[in-house]
Amino acid sequence: MVPTNYYIILSAILFGLGVFAFIFKRNIITIFMSIELMLNAVNLAFVAFSQALGKLDGQVFVLFVIVVAAAEAVVGLGIIILIARNRQTLNVERVDLLKL
Amino acid sequence: MPAHPMLEYLWIVPLLPLLGSAINGILGAKWPNKYVTLTAISSTGLSFLCALEAVREFLESGQALSRKEFFTWIASGNFRAGFDLQADRLTVVMMLVVTGVGWLIHIYAIGYMAHERGYYRFFSYLNLFMFFMLILVLAANYVLLFVGWEGVGLSSYLLIGFWFLKKSASDAGKKAFIVNRIGDFGFMLGMFLLFRTFGTLDFQTLFTKAGSWPAEPMGHFGTFTVACLLLFMGATGKSAQLPLYVWLPDAMEGPTPVSALIHAATMVTAGVYVVARSHVLFSHSSTAMLVVAMVGCATAFFAATIGLVQTDIKKVLAYSTVSQLGYMFLACGVGAFTAGIFHLMTHAFFKALLFLAAGSVIHAMGGEQEMPKMGGLGRKIKWTYATMFIATLAIAGIPPFAGFFSKDAILFATFQSGAGDRIRTLYVLGLLAAVLTAFYMFRLIFLTFHGKPRYDEHKVHVHESPWSMRGPLVVLAILSVAGGWFALPAFFQGPDYFANFLGPVFGAREAVEAGAEAAAHQLELILSGVAVLASLIGLAVAYRLYIKNPRKADDLARSMKPAYTTLLNKYYVDELYAAAVVRPLLWLSTNVFWKATDVAGIDGTVNGIAHGAAAIGDGLRHSQSGNTRSYAVWVVAGAIVVLAVIFFWPSASKIALGLVR
Repeated sequence: MVPTNYYIILSAILFGLGVFAFIFKRNIITIFMSIELMLNAVNLAFVAFSQALGKLDGQVFVLFVIVVAAAEAVVGLGIIILIARNRQTLNVERVDLLKL
Repeated sequence: MPAHPMLEYLWIVPLLPLLGSAINGILGAKWPNKYVTLTAISSTGLSFLCALEAVREFLESGQALSRKEFFTWIASGNFRAGFDLQADRLTVVMMLVVTGVGWLIHIYAIGYMAHERGYYRFFSYLNLFMFFMLILVLAANYVLLFVGWEGVGLSSYLLIGFWFLKKSASDAGKKAFIVNRIGDFGFMLGMFLLFRTFGTLDFQTLFTKAGSWPAEPMGHFGTFTVACLLLFMGATGKSAQLPLYVWLPDAMEGPTPVSALIHAATMVTAGVYVVARSHVLFSHSSTAMLVVAMVGCATAFFAATIGLVQTDIKKVLAYSTVSQLGYMFLACGVGAFTAGIFHLMTHAFFKALLFLAAGSVIHAMGGEQEMPKMGGLGRKIKWTYATMFIATLAIAGIPPFAGFFSKDAILFATFQSGAGDRIRTLYVLGLLAAVLTAFYMFRLIFLTFHGKPRYDEHKVHVHESPWSMRGPLVVLAILSVAGGWFALPAFFQGPDYFANFLGPVFGAREAVEAGAEAAAHQLELILSGVAVLASLIGLAVAYRLYIKNPRKADDLARSMKPAYTTLLNKYYVDELYAAAVVRPLLWLSTNVFWKATDVAGIDGTVNGIAHGAAAIGDGLRHSQSGNTRSYAVWVVAGAIVVLAVIFFWPSASKIALGLVR
C-alpha cells in the first residue's frame, strides 16, 4: 500500500507545475491545460485523503469537480475560439482589452 | 348666539381681507377686472362694517379690554404665543382708521390702477396688507404683533416693487425691506429681553407685571430703558425715523394708492402704535422717553427741511410724512400718547388725501410727477384742487381743520411736559418744523395748481379723474375738516372727547394732564395762537416766493447755493450710508464671504474631495494593466496570502471564517 504522503507530495508537485505554467506560459491553450492540471492535482489529494480516512466525502467531491471542470472546459474553449477568431492569435500578451 | 357676536368672532375682521387676497391671488389672473374689483372691495368693505359692528359692541359692553384667545400658536416650556386678539379703545381707533381709510383707498385704486397690467396682483397685495395691518393692531401679544409687523413689511416690499420691471422700483422695494430688517433686529431683541425679564409677551400680563416695577430714573440704563430703546429701534425702522428713514422717500416708486395707504396712512404709523401700546414700559423709563422725543423732534425738523426743495410731488409728501411721524413720536416721547394717536388719526386722513390727490394730479398729467413741469392746474381739475387744498390747510395746522387740533395738542404737550431747557428746545424745533410744513405744503399747492402752465398744453390733456377716484377724495376731505373736532370743545373749556376716549388705555397719566390742562387753558390758547401764526408765516413766505414773485425762489436758491444743493441732495445721507455701511458690507461680502469663504473654503473643500478621489482613482488605474497574465499573477499571489494567513495567523483566519458564517 502506497503511503498517503506520497500521494500528497505528488499532488503538490502537480499543483506547483500547474501554477508555474499558469503564470509563465503565453499560449492560452497551455494556460487552460495548466488549470486542468491544478484541478486534477486537487482531485488526487481529495481521493488520497478519502482513502486514508475511510470516508466517501472526498470522492463525491471529486465527481463534482470533474463535472464542473467539464462545464468550464466548454465555456473556456468557446472563449478561446472566439479570441482566436477575432485576434488571429493565441498569445495572451496581445489580449489586453481589459485595460481601462 | 353670544351677547356680542362680532367681538366674540373678532378674527373675522382680519380674515376677510386675507380671503380677498387669496381669492384674487389664485383666481384673479384669469378673471376680468370686474370680478377682481368686486372681491377686493367687498372683502375690505365687509371688514370695515364688521369692524364698525365690533366697535359698537365693544363700546356698548363698556369693558376696558376685550380679549379673546383663539388658539395657541407656539407653546414651548413656559413660553406661549397664541393667536389672541384684543380690543381696547386704542385698538378701536387704529382698527377704524385702517379699515376705513383702507377701504376708501381701495375704491380709489379701482380708477387709478384701471389700465395697469397685474390689476389682480395689486389688489391681492393690497388686501394682504390690510390683513397683516389688522393683525398688527388687534394682536394681544408681541409675537402676534410681530407677525403683523413683518407681514406689512412684506406687503410694503411687494407693492413698492409692483412695477418690478423698473430697476428703481425693485431697488426701492429691497431698500425698504433691508432697512426695516435693521429695525426689526432691535425689535426682536427687545422682545427677547422682555420675555427674559417678565416671562411673558402677552400684553395684559406683561403690562400688569411691569406696572408694579419701580420706574427707572433719567440716565439709568435698566431693563425698561434697554427694552424700550430696542423696541423703539424697530419703530424707527417701520415709521421711518432718523436714522432709518431713508427707505420711505424711495418707497414712492410704488403706485400712488400704495403710498397713500401704506407709506402715509397706516403702516408707517405702526411704530407710533407700538410705542403707544407699550406706554406702560415707556413711562417706566424717562431716558427712553427722552430719546423718543428727541428722535421724533429731530426727524420732524430734519425731514421738513429736505421737503422744502424737493421737486417731485410725491417726494415732498414723503418727507412730509417722515416729518409728521416725527411729531407723533415727539408726542409719545413727552408722554402725550393721546396727542400722538390723535395726530396719527388726523394724519391718516389728510395725508391719505394728499397722496390720493397727488395721484389724481399725476393721473391728470399723464404720469408727470415733477412740479416744475406743472402749474395752473387749479382751474382744470377743480375737485382735486379743492380737496388737496383742504388737506394742505389741515396739515399746515390752520384752524378749524383736523391737523390744527392734533398738532396743537402735541406742541402744547411738548411745551408743558417739562420746564427744562431741553424740552423748550424740542418745542422750538417743533414749532419751526410747523413753519416749514406750512411752507413746503403751500409751495406744492402753488407750484402745482397756480401760476402759468409750464407743460406743453398741446401734448398733455389735463383731465379730471373718474368718480371712483373723486369719491374717496371728497370723503377724506370731509374727514380732514371734521376729524379734529373731537378736541374742539376743549378750546371752550369743555371736555376733550378724544383724550377722554383714550383715557382708559393710557390711564391716570392722562387724567393728571387733563387736570393740568384746565389750569393751563390760557397758556394753551396762547400757544395755539403761536402755532397758527407759525403756519401763517410759512404760508406767507410760500405765497411771496411762488405767487407774487415767482423768480424770487430761483434767485434765493442761487444765492444760497451750498445750502440749496445740500437740501436737494437730502443732506447726502444716502451717499453717507452707501460709503459707511453699504460699500464696506459689499466689500466684506464679496471678498470675505463670497470669494474667501464660499468659493475658496466651501467649494474648495467639496471640489478638493472630488479631485482627490479622481487622483487616487487615476493612480490605482495603472494597476489594471489589462494583461491577462498579470491578473493570473495577482490571483496566485492572493491565494498565497490567504494560505499564509491560515498557516501563520490561525486566529485571524478564524475571525474571517466567523464573518463568512
